[in-house]
Amino acid sequence: MSRSARGIATERTIEDAVPEKLGVWIYAVTGSLPGEQLGGVTGVGGGPVRTVEGAGLVAVVSSVDLTTFGEEPLRRNLEDLAWLETTARAHHEVINTVSRVGPIVAMRLATVYRDDSRVAAMLSERREELTAALRRIAGRTEFGVKAYAEVTGLPRVPGPGADAPAQPAGAVPGPGPGTAYLRRRRAQLATRDQMLQTAATDADAVHAALGGLAEAARRYVPQHPQLTGESAAMVLNGAYLVDADRADEFVATVRALDDQHSAVRLELTGPWPPYSFAAVAETS
Amino acid sequence: MTSAVQPGGQSYSTGLPGGHEPANLGDILERVLDKGLVIAGDIRVNLLDIELLTVKLRLLIVSVETARELGIAWWESDPWLTPDRRNLEQENRQLRDRVAALESDQDGRRPVEARRERVEERSRDRDRADD
Repeated sequence: MSRSARGIATERTIEDAVPEKLGVWIYAVTGSLPGEQLGGVTGVGGGPVRTVEGAGLVAVVSSVDLTTFGEEPLRRNLEDLAWLETTARAHHEVINTVSRVGPIVAMRLATVYRDDSRVAAMLSERREELTAALRRIAGRTEFGVKAYAEVTGLPRVPGPGADAPAQPAGAVPGPGPGTAYLRRRRAQLATRDQMLQTAATDADAVHAALGGLAEAARRYVPQHPQLTGESAAMVLNGAYLVDADRADEFVATVRALDDQHSAVRLELTGPWPPYSFAAVAETS
Repeated sequence: MTSAVQPGGQSYSTGLPGGHEPANLGDILERVLDKGLVIAGDIRVNLLDIELLTVKLRLLIVSVETARELGIAWWESDPWLTPDRRNLEQENRQLRDRVAALESDQDGRRPVEARRERVEERSRDRDRADD
């Protein structure tokens, strides 16, 4: 499919300060994508997904209403969690779909151009970088592995005053119930800290082992329990770029590592489109 | 450990790339906001602002105070586990303060408040009687 200019004003200049009606939201770049693969795929804001070609590359895009996806409204809307979730899922869904067809370079959320010609210009300017990224990603897939610290068996600490010792009359007042409580609490926290340390060591070992199987590996900052809905502390949030023909081996290794390391519980997600490796590959 | 590997969403078992729907929102946001190729489009939105405001303040958090504590640590290059340790320290500090307040305050403010409530009840009763 070539640059279809459906409903897009292509003649206006970038300097034009008046907001356009439509902009072009870009999801991903790929080497080639037969148009029929996009039949029925809906983008952010509900518009149909199409392609823009340039410099031998194909950008996967959809037109978006700039009253919603323009600079100011976008900034405002991204602060709305429900809107952000819908938009992020729609963006992800398109990337997910095209990644089934072939290698893709995923774009960060909210990359918007004024029109198709600007997208084509970008493809040509970034040709080298994009081609290198596509080569790196070809035939590979991304897995996510999280490790949660198994912090168990801690006695519940009774609240202050729960077992306040009866003070003999005339005795020098000892530490109050609050202090005693704090002592117990501190001891409990120390134990918990130790367990987290062990879990951290296990997490490092797991990451090293999985990194050895992967073409590239990255470590994200662990997610907060309020986000994961897990009460356990996340000690590893890793992403791994794995050769397709080693995917089974990778999954089996995650299981084996889960059995070997008793201080952590592992969770596998994926395969993902290779988001984490769209930019320069990092191995840690 | 005893627990099996838990595939996220629908898991690897589909055997196809991208067969993992429905994925966890946090994982998706992490990837679409934090990863992916960054190319400046014509519409410029600073996602750093968004990460700070939306994700740190609104997705995770109940209060601004908590947000400040967590926000520093989340999605930034702090060493892992720092957030947890910071929370424990803060929790400990809060507990100390609370215990100190309770110990020094036992026959101070609370009874006064209790008395005041009783006075208010009486005056309400009186108002009702006046009606």
